[in-house]
Amino acid sequence: MITAGVDIGAKYVKIVFFDGGKVIGRAKALIGFDVAKSASDLFESALKNADIKRNNIKKVVATGLNRESIHSKPPVNAEDVVSEVVADAVGAFHLVPTAKTVIDVGAEEGRGVKIGEGGKVKDFVINERCAAGAGTFIETMARALEVKVEDMGPLSLKSTQAIPMNAQCCVFAESEVVTLIHSKVPKEDISKAIHDAIASRISSMVLRVGVEKDVVLVGGVALNPGFLPPLKKELNADIIVPEYPEYVSALGAAIIAAKG
Amino acid sequence: MAKQVKAYPTEPLKCWDEAKTLRKNYYEDYLNAHNKGGIRWAGGAWTFSAIPAGLGTDVYFITGEPYGATIAFYKDFAAKCHDATEAAGFPRTLCAYMRNYWGAILLDKFILADGSVVDGYPAPDFIWQDHICCSHGKWYQVVKWLEKKKGKEVPMYCIDVSVGYSLEPSEPLEEYKKNYLIQQLNDGIDWLEKVTGRKYNDKLLCEAVWNEIRSTSLWAEICALNQAIPAPLDEKTMYSLYVMGTLMKHRPECVDFYEKLKEETRDRVKRGIAAVPHERFRVITDTQPPWGFLKIFREMEKYGVVSLGSLYTFGLIGMWEYKPDGTWIPKPLPPKKPKTREQALRAIVEWTLNKSEWAHFYRPELKTKMMKSIVDQWRANAVLLHYNRGCEGLSVHIAENRLGLLEAGIQVFPFEGNMGDEREFDLAGTLGRLTAFFESMGLKKIVE
Repeated sequence: MITAGVDIGAKYVKIVFFDGGKVIGRAKALIGFDVAKSASDLFESALKNADIKRNNIKKVVATGLNRESIHSKPPVNAEDVVSEVVADAVGAFHLVPTAKTVIDVGAEEGRGVKIGEGGKVKDFVINERCAAGAGTFIETMARALEVKVEDMGPLSLKSTQAIPMNAQCCVFAESEVVTLIHSKVPKEDISKAIHDAIASRISSMVLRVGVEKDVVLVGGVALNPGFLPPLKKELNADIIVPEYPEYVSALGAAIIAAKG
Repeated sequence: MAKQVKAYPTEPLKCWDEAKTLRKNYYEDYLNAHNKGGIRWAGGAWTFSAIPAGLGTDVYFITGEPYGATIAFYKDFAAKCHDATEAAGFPRTLCAYMRNYWGAILLDKFILADGSVVDGYPAPDFIWQDHICCSHGKWYQVVKWLEKKKGKEVPMYCIDVSVGYSLEPSEPLEEYKKNYLIQQLNDGIDWLEKVTGRKYNDKLLCEAVWNEIRSTSLWAEICALNQAIPAPLDEKTMYSLYVMGTLMKHRPECVDFYEKLKEETRDRVKRGIAAVPHERFRVITDTQPPWGFLKIFREMEKYGVVSLGSLYTFGLIGMWEYKPDGTWIPKPLPPKKPKTREQALRAIVEWTLNKSEWAHFYRPELKTKMMKSIVDQWRANAVLLHYNRGCEGLSVHIAENRLGLLEAGIQVFPFEGNMGDEREFDLAGTLGRLTAFFESMGLKKIVE
């Protein structure tokens, strides 16, 4: 029985096809202005690439910020929707059955989810109204540094000194970065300061619900090698990053679909 | 369309129109007081409002917090008030009700219950206030300044209430503390006679004190009826009902209205009439809601969630006490109606210092205790905590309350916002998080 999970986030749509307890296909694409069309186009092409017919998919569950855009709407016709929090918990628990805390850092949202028996959500916290605890923060700062976003993590690992970054807002932090650039602070150190700042914000948010081991990091920012070291330091815990961390919510949705 | 979930019968409240009329008349009476040959005063909803009632039956008044909330409900006017207050140099971190209130004076406009705005803010003839929190201490001092700039000298009397509280009959307040307040009220009556030139009537005082005691006891009894499943009232509706106690708790109209409401609520319980037809998950909230965004309650109903009330809705006006067995119950009426000034002042001081919302200004763990009692007795499944940036007084220690509730095994959903400043509330984000919370509780949307 094939099911699908579609995670329509702020920046990317991610799709997972799931069958017999295994992932049988993945697809990811940037979201354009028309969110539903972006998701639908990717869904159609992913079906084609995986050689699956829509009729053969028993159920599609959508998650993510824009999940309603394909709920009961053709061509995807997602039969159900689920919040990112629940999808994160289910997906992470499937990959790491010992997981007790899931941290999901996406483009515009950071989340901490405490999970209990069977992957059930016990408590959660989400950043409020500020991108300073999410991937957009790193993107904005990369633009200020004139560095490709994918180079930000490796660059920060070359840093030789810790520079504090105190601004609690993405916009003000950008001004702080510009000041550091003008003060001739090396880009490596500024990049590290940026990663330290986001790790500090995420950790203080997650600590509100409490951190229990094992801790699993998912979401697109988990792919950034510069983010993991400061987060581990802030939380004083080892952190497991599963393979394909950006697909964990979509996986969770696909598993929920499989459960009926 | 509703999916296949058990539905309770529901019906509108019969006394709804009367509630609207009472509130409409209240603001219009204040506005037109001078045209009727009466006088008017201003002060907080927590103040000892029964005392100025001894000046006559043509004394009209406006309480500050409900007025600030009314402004907040009408977001366009609220935005103008915020701008005016900030342009006058006041920071946006202050009490949001207070800023709305000052904004209306600065704009020289007055908003009525239906949202219509009239030119000319009706200045009070005097201010009668008490200091329950830092903001309430300064609120009317600034009102006085603002009115003086417009050419009117408004005399002001403030009562210091910082003597503690009594929640349990077994722990009564010491006599000297009560006497401190009684003395201030006695002095206040002399002051009222002096500034108004009127002779004070003790009979009217006794009536007003007894009305206040009755109305605040009745409201608690109404709230207690919401322990029933299904709940006969939902909190969004209760906001329009409890407000009478914040506007006119000492008035006979308030007592009459709450008598009728109690009977109607009791009848709804008897007949199984629900406020939310698909009730299957019961929550309580905390502190004032973001008044411009009450639609969050309607969104909750789509999941079959009913908000039963809160310590705020129950205890701001309602009077409660702990029984020796630990049950939180409506405070019984004193044995006798006061007949003299001394009896009336003592009665109202003893009654008021029992206010539940008063106690947790002193000790946050008392608030946690009362919230736990509500969760237990009202059979609530979770608590939604509003981290209300607009009210320093009622938000103080709220994070400690969250921890206390979590330790007791109660599910808690905190959200940030502001009761009176719409700029500090993210509706879409809050609804998204609320959806995630309900889903994590195993709920799905029943009604689209």
